Amino acid sequence: MTSADASARIRERFGVEPTAEGGALGVALPRERWLAFGRFASDELGCRYFNWLSAIDWKEQGLEVLCRVENLDAGLVVTARTKLGARETRCASLVPVWRGADWMERECYDMFGVVFEGHPDPRRILLAEDWEGHPLRKDYAVDTPLAPYR
Amino acid sequence: MEVRPPVPQVPPAVWSEFKDLQEWEKHHQERGTDDKTSNTLAAIADAIHHMPGGWIVTTSTDKIFNWARQSSIWPVTFGLACCAIEMMATFASRFDVERFGMVPWASPRHSDLMIVSGTVTIKMAPMLKRIYDQMPDPKWVVSMGSCANSGGPFRHGYHVVKGVDRVVPVDVYVPGCPPTPDSLMYGLLKLKEQVAEFQKTGQRSTTADRE
Repeated sequence: MTSADASARIRERFGVEPTAEGGALGVALPRERWLAFGRFASDELGCRYFNWLSAIDWKEQGLEVLCRVENLDAGLVVTARTKLGARETRCASLVPVWRGADWMERECYDMFGVVFEGHPDPRRILLAEDWEGHPLRKDYAVDTPLAPYR
Repeated sequence: MEVRPPVPQVPPAVWSEFKDLQEWEKHHQERGTDDKTSNTLAAIADAIHHMPGGWIVTTSTDKIFNWARQSSIWPVTFGLACCAIEMMATFASRFDVERFGMVPWASPRHSDLMIVSGTVTIKMAPMLKRIYDQMPDPKWVVSMGSCANSGGPFRHGYHVVKGVDRVVPVDVYVPGCPPTPDSLMYGLLKLKEQVAEFQKTGQRSTTADRE
């Protein structure tokens, strides 16, 4: 499976034009097809290696979730991204496809407040359990007097 | 014979039941006023001190006790970050604080000094506070490095306590990022000077005194 093959199959299956982002294929998806694309990438493109998952806060445009998956045998790298929309925090979980997404999605929830639906264990991972707010959001004020030691 | 129902046991309060540090301190950190031994000793010391000429006895006892205290300051082994490496170097043979009577001790129950060596995160602060609470009086704290002094380069992060003096009272601040073993040793010698001035036999230090 070469990069061109993968592009063609993504275009045919999802109707989006993959872009070249460095050595990776960038795929921007609607949020309804996030899990479907995960299954497609895992089963048909052979991307068994889940590299990372994170998010971007685009302020009034809302959050964008990204993940990078790789087919190590073919040297194929896919960076998938989906915009959730303004004031939307729900996103489909990729844990049914890649178990490695578990902690990444928990961290993404911790830092950005993205709620992954279908995640087996959706709680905070790095911050204390009684932490208020999600610190990597742009509207998180660092000096808010929340915790006792601020 | 009357049979009484068992008295329900109230479980001891834990940290997570409190909203903030002030509430926790109010519950937990207030010194008991019903410690008979301490009260008697303090009353005796006060009585001797206020007798005519009695201050000669108490001040010279203070001198002896302070000499003992400053000659055996045991720091609790408590490393938080990269400053701890410099702290270990200070403890090790090249700089060797053991010649000042400082033995790094692996238990807060036997220690007099806490060297806060590194960044204190908000998540770590309750544990630091607990270790401080477990140390017996009199106790001292050295804040080592920029992070412990003020938050340092992480001051504007969301997760860092902006100076360990927001958690425990600090006696000596050692600047540096990280401070060299020489700097820390200088700070420890300054602390020795401070301990030599520790006042009043049997008197417990309180938060109000330090403020």
